[in-house]
Amino acid sequence: MKVDNVKKIIINIGNIMEENKSFLSELDAAIGDGDHGHNMAKGFNFVIEDFNNNDYDDLGLLFKKVAMLLISNVGGASGPLYGTAFMEISKEFSGRDELNISDLEKILELSLKGIKLRGKAELDDKTIIDALQPAYLSVKKDLENNESENQVLENMVMAAEKGVEHTKEIIAKKGRASYLGERSIGHQDPGATSTYLILKTIKDNII
Amino acid sequence: MKKIINNPENVLEEMLEGMLKANPNTLKRIEGTDVIININSPIKNKVALVSGGGSGHEPAHAGFVGEGMLDGAVCGSVFTSPTPDQVFEAIKAVDSGKGTLLIVKNYTGDVMNFEMAKDLADMEGIEVDYVIVNDDVAVEDSTFTAGRRGIAGTVFVHKIAGAKASKGAELSEVKAVAEKVINNTRSMGMALSPCIVPAVGKPNFILAEDEMEIGIGIHGEPGISREKIKTADEIVKELLDNILKDIDYSNSEVAVMVNGMGSTPLMELYIANNAVYDILENKGIKIYKTFVGEYMTSLEMSGFSITLLKLDDELKELLDYETKAPFFK
Repeated sequence: MKVDNVKKIIINIGNIMEENKSFLSELDAAIGDGDHGHNMAKGFNFVIEDFNNNDYDDLGLLFKKVAMLLISNVGGASGPLYGTAFMEISKEFSGRDELNISDLEKILELSLKGIKLRGKAELDDKTIIDALQPAYLSVKKDLENNESENQVLENMVMAAEKGVEHTKEIIAKKGRASYLGERSIGHQDPGATSTYLILKTIKDNII
Repeated sequence: MKKIINNPENVLEEMLEGMLKANPNTLKRIEGTDVIININSPIKNKVALVSGGGSGHEPAHAGFVGEGMLDGAVCGSVFTSPTPDQVFEAIKAVDSGKGTLLIVKNYTGDVMNFEMAKDLADMEGIEVDYVIVNDDVAVEDSTFTAGRRGIAGTVFVHKIAGAKASKGAELSEVKAVAEKVINNTRSMGMALSPCIVPAVGKPNFILAEDEMEIGIGIHGEPGISREKIKTADEIVKELLDNILKDIDYSNSEVAVMVNGMGSTPLMELYIANNAVYDILENKGIKIYKTFVGEYMTSLEMSGFSITLLKLDDELKELLDYETKAPFFK
């Protein structure tokens, strides 16, 4: 997959965030402050605008630009978290202009590492990590087992979706939702949901 | 939604411009940003103080910019943390070379964005340190949560650290006194009605005519429990019981802040303060100074919070130190 395909996927992620902004903000309103979807859409709209005006031939530069635009425009906790993920990815892929399926594992691993470091969160804290970590582990396992590309992607999205479902059963330990304590049970985490949507968009655009 | 606005998208811009027009001799804006700074910044040989957070808490934080308090306030979107690049712009504009202290309320987004701004400043060789305010006893401070929230007590940190910096202290000394304030400040709030974030257009939670929410934060988020409404005296007692349970204020002198959340009349805040005074006096806690008014609001939420700060001689002197910040009275 060349840089332009990666660009196209990221533009589609932006479109999906725009389509789902009210849904994500409603999930957030129940346990946080109700702006997750609007902030994500806003950040990715800056990315789309940039991509429509600029060409990139280096994946490192492309990912770094996404990182900076998310950090500078999303606000809240999501900006630094997703921004840090793209920043970590950009370091790894600097000087490259092509990706293949085995790079997906590295991308998810680096995102997970960056987000854990920035947010000081772990699995079961009811955050992005509850979708991202199972997705990463699924990809890692499937690649080790030489599963087909389609199967790797399908399983990744299924793992993330299961992770999102699981966030309904647990108590939030990070972010504003944590102040609700037990009252956060029953609500789906908006951050895990946006991560699921991003992963699903990646799958839908490759398969 | 019934609000005095033009377009939900322009509330921050128009609010900032209106505030600047009201305070042309004290405040200015860094062009191209949502950062408000002291018109005289940077002030030579003075540690700079930068605070901020989401907008919607007016007069916090921009209203506390001025000599003797903050050098800069970074105004995020409504209830949304400002971004690191904006915080960094504020640091660059106010730093005189003596270092900058960031005063951050303990919300995950604020902490992360201000930390990233500190990283950016480190890379440019600007000395930056930060403190995290966590005065709200309504929420647990444990390893299982993100910790206690920062609410109205933050204003005492602005005031006292600001005075310390104005007197020529070093960055480490300003940080130390800010931490002393944080360690001795506790708050708790309640709401009779929710607020409406302009971009969302509807309230986050609904309270029945006879209900109140105890332990609310300042972002329109629900509190820790919902109860049938009680009298002012009973509400104050409930809030104070929680605060006094957390720190032993007996035999000490305190500063009191009775803070309105945006749409509670001063009359009711004074009624609450009347009860605060009586309860503290009965417990032998001496009130050194009382602040009643709107310091850290939650848009038009109706309700209030109580903050107590345990004082020593140093804190008393710094609390009394003059400030020209337009909204600290």
